[in-house]
Amino acid sequence: MENKLDQLFQKKQKNILNIYFTAGFPNLNDTGHIILELEKAGADLIEIGMPYSDPMADGPTIQESGQVALDNGMNLNLLFDQISTIKDKVNTPLICMGYLNQVMQFGEIKFIEKCKESGVDGLILPDLPLDVYESDYKNLLDENNIRICFLITPQTSDERIHEIDRLSSGFIYIVADAAITGNSKGISTKQIEYFERINKMNLKSKKLIGFGISDAQSFNTACQYANGAIIGSAFIRALKDDQQQVSENVSNFIGSILEKV
Amino acid sequence: MTYNINEKGYYGEFGGAFIPEMLYPNVDNLQKSYKEIMYQPDFQEEMKQLLKDYVGRPSPLYFAKRLSEKYKTQIYLKREDLNHTGSHKINNTIGQILLAKKLGKKRIIAETGAGQHGVATATVCALMGMECIVYMGSIDIERQAPNVSRMKMLGAKVIPATSGSQTLKDATNEAIRDWIQHPVETHYIIGSVVGPHPYPDMVARFQAVISEEMKAQLKEQTGNENPNAIIACVGGGSNAAGAFYHYLENEEVQFIAVEAAGHGIHSGESAATSVLGSKGIIHGSRTLLMQTEDGQIIEPYSLSAGLDYPGIGPMHANLIHAGRAEAVSVTDEEALEAAFVLTRMEGIIPALETAHAFAALEKMKFKTQDVVVINLSGRGDKDLATYKKHFETYGK
Repeated sequence: MENKLDQLFQKKQKNILNIYFTAGFPNLNDTGHIILELEKAGADLIEIGMPYSDPMADGPTIQESGQVALDNGMNLNLLFDQISTIKDKVNTPLICMGYLNQVMQFGEIKFIEKCKESGVDGLILPDLPLDVYESDYKNLLDENNIRICFLITPQTSDERIHEIDRLSSGFIYIVADAAITGNSKGISTKQIEYFERINKMNLKSKKLIGFGISDAQSFNTACQYANGAIIGSAFIRALKDDQQQVSENVSNFIGSILEKV
Repeated sequence: MTYNINEKGYYGEFGGAFIPEMLYPNVDNLQKSYKEIMYQPDFQEEMKQLLKDYVGRPSPLYFAKRLSEKYKTQIYLKREDLNHTGSHKINNTIGQILLAKKLGKKRIIAETGAGQHGVATATVCALMGMECIVYMGSIDIERQAPNVSRMKMLGAKVIPATSGSQTLKDATNEAIRDWIQHPVETHYIIGSVVGPHPYPDMVARFQAVISEEMKAQLKEQTGNENPNAIIACVGGGSNAAGAFYHYLENEEVQFIAVEAAGHGIHSGESAATSVLGSKGIIHGSRTLLMQTEDGQIIEPYSLSAGLDYPGIGPMHANLIHAGRAEAVSVTDEEALEAAFVLTRMEGIIPALETAHAFAALEKMKFKTQDVVVINLSGRGDKDLATYKKHFETYGK
């Protein structure tokens, strides 16, 4: 079966809207529903957060949503069940984002096989070191047709960016600022210089900008410097509004981002 | 077999640096430079001078006569409680603040549980005129109030960690998030032998002065630089790492690592990581940690704020896993009782963390001629409010 992420990048190179949400939030069984609504509303790519007790790189909004999800009873077995149920109805690529300890405890091989079975196209594991990826994960992921996405930041050296470009099979996640997730200060000139520096490097991988992207304006600005952008915390805040109105919350939020594209 | 770290930053299968990219440049820079910087002659000279004149080293090795009679063995106490600021923590903060200066950093962050590391960090920041921010769990801020006041008096900003169990684990998460957001000017002084490589090794090397002195002092006092056993309490494990360090490859010396069992190992309220933990990743290190089947980190419990950490330093994970160190668990009650025994028999009020090490004496069998060193890692001034509540039970 073709990888949906590869297919997306073949047909679309600009203004790719990647939406992150936390599985099991606001209600335990919202996961499948949110995915279908996101696809209907026009998201190009969906990043599913696997809630974790100690998410090192995440700000308060995602931390809290993860805690709510865990309190709701969310776990990985349930997540794979939820995605499997809807996988035949979904054409949007699905990426799972979480921390390496979750994968280790679930069992690396079992985790990757489950991803394949339930139609997951890619992974973001921010604390997976490049050398461990190459020695322990690369072949497994390739065999199962699952892509890996690595992060770069304003402090990542050029040499390392080339190394990350070589190893990325999904996209490069450009962390827009020295930040944890959920800050939204707009995009500065200094950040634009950083995006331009990356663009001059002629990387083979597709690039999406994330961290601090929260509305139509920051999304459109980011899209000028990459293939698209990622919105997480702002979407989670929108889901919190009225927790019974998931469909409306999703379509209103995505509508507000896409109206000016 | 070596129990020291290998060139890739692992102790056996434990250790490494499992960190998000945002931390990579700082951690990578430290990995490449820490040994070179800390063994430069001028660095060593400045550090040794400060340890001698400012900290008050060497700390005495004291033969505890009455305690030895009670337990029918030869007990020596390595008096880290007599250091400036009242614990071993300052050995590491002196080293790391000098390192931060060499790296050109202007702002210091730290996590703290019992507040001893926070105070030691605030102290060296005052000494060097550097900005200091300390993250501390809300619950710990309450139960270790004297240390919070000390940090504030020293000019540090104490920020409460309000997520999760609101203790040491969460303070560490918040400090890591701060570092992610301030990658250029900030150095993170981790207080224990935890975190991504090179922290476990770097902190162990700064604490190694404990066993370096111990060797010379034992030689002088007993004629033999090797004791039969060394006992130390372990949260993350920095005082134990320092006390074990120069004996790591000397298997004649028995290591006893004492963990906090809280209300009992299987009570659901415990911090006995080596018994309850399994292999996984916490704070950037592959080690033993307390977690659910789903890999969610379990919130630990101990009456002592310095031992309720759900992980254990990778060096200790390896020592225990390989059978080189023996892990002993001590409950809140046993630690309280031991604190009163030491106080009434030797006139030394230990920190509640340290009291756990003394409680292990009740569980071990030593020969009369055995030389046993207990690392007296900290003094108990900060714990008086807790001790006071138990005067009736243990103080008679």
